[in-house]
Amino acid sequence: MAGGEVLRQNLPEKLEESPSGANELHVLAVDDSLVDRKVIERLLKISSCKVTVVESGTRALQYLGLDGDKKSSIGFDSVKVNLIMTDYSMPGMTGYDLLKKIKQESSVFREIPVVIMSSENILTRIDRCLEEGAEDFLLKPVKLSDVRRLKDFIMKGEVKEGEKRCCKRSRSEDCSPSPMTHPCDSSLLSSLSSSSVLSPLSPSTLSSKKSRL
Amino acid sequence: MDVLQLQRKLREHQAAMLREGFLDDQFSQLQKLQDESSPDFVIEVVKMFFDDSEKLLNNMTRALGQVPVDFKQVDAHVHQYKGSSASVGAARVKNVCATFRNFCETQNLEGCVRCLQQLQQEYSLLKNNLQYLFRLQEEIQAAGGSIPTIE
Repeated sequence: MAGGEVLRQNLPEKLEESPSGANELHVLAVDDSLVDRKVIERLLKISSCKVTVVESGTRALQYLGLDGDKKSSIGFDSVKVNLIMTDYSMPGMTGYDLLKKIKQESSVFREIPVVIMSSENILTRIDRCLEEGAEDFLLKPVKLSDVRRLKDFIMKGEVKEGEKRCCKRSRSEDCSPSPMTHPCDSSLLSSLSSSSVLSPLSPSTLSSKKSRL
Repeated sequence: MDVLQLQRKLREHQAAMLREGFLDDQFSQLQKLQDESSPDFVIEVVKMFFDDSEKLLNNMTRALGQVPVDFKQVDAHVHQYKGSSASVGAARVKNVCATFRNFCETQNLEGCVRCLQQLQQEYSLLKNNLQYLFRLQEEIQAAGGSIPTIE
């Protein structure tokens, strides 16, 4: 789907509730940069995901049917999205605003994992997003390995509580390798270069999230 | 020039661009995303980047020409440019953007103007180098050869 174009999809058949079935993962990507939209779209397509790319948080909400426009949501099959990846810095509605709006929904939409992407490694920003319920915070430019890891996570479903994954910590380099098949590269050097920032030990996220990367 | 010579030239040119910092690993990452289903991916992204560059450089020029200068506005354009240059692996452009942002923050007009000039230079150099790269690729393909992958 080209950037800027938003089509309400009337799906020919209902997608399964669980994305671990034979159906493709449907990712909604949100970014105001044309270049970044093209890159993320390609990253996702090459990872065998169905992709919808939009240029703003407003468009994203419209696509999901959350824009309060009652007449557009009646009579349509609900759009099934398995993951939302959104840029943080966008004019108007930021990625954080979009995240909050989605997490405020008292419906199935709240359960959709939301990943924030940003070119800026700002701790307070990262913490804020994670506390608001973001699944992950990726530093741009996003790599193929990030997308693959995300896809694996979504496909596998919930991760056992307490299971730590190797991740890049802005605050500390304390990193224990995960027993899962391929969380990320095992060496410390490459874990530092991984662009994902997670704080699974943050107290506010532990109790509110049942699944963590 | 035969295909082998052209391929060697291409490899050398790209290696030089990486060595001199015009491009970084992100460019190689983009090349990995190119395949038979999307054979012109890199060229398409780069073309978008060129369009973006020209638009943003114009915006910066206009913003710096205002009286008084709205440094937040200038910074907004630079931030965008930093983002898209990072996405295509345009390292030198990205680095100048970083310096530029600092000058915006301290509202240093002279520094900003200098950075804008540098950006225009770096963009111009990068564009020439990339266009040469793509021309080599075209010649190789026209001669029936394949584009060597860069490790």
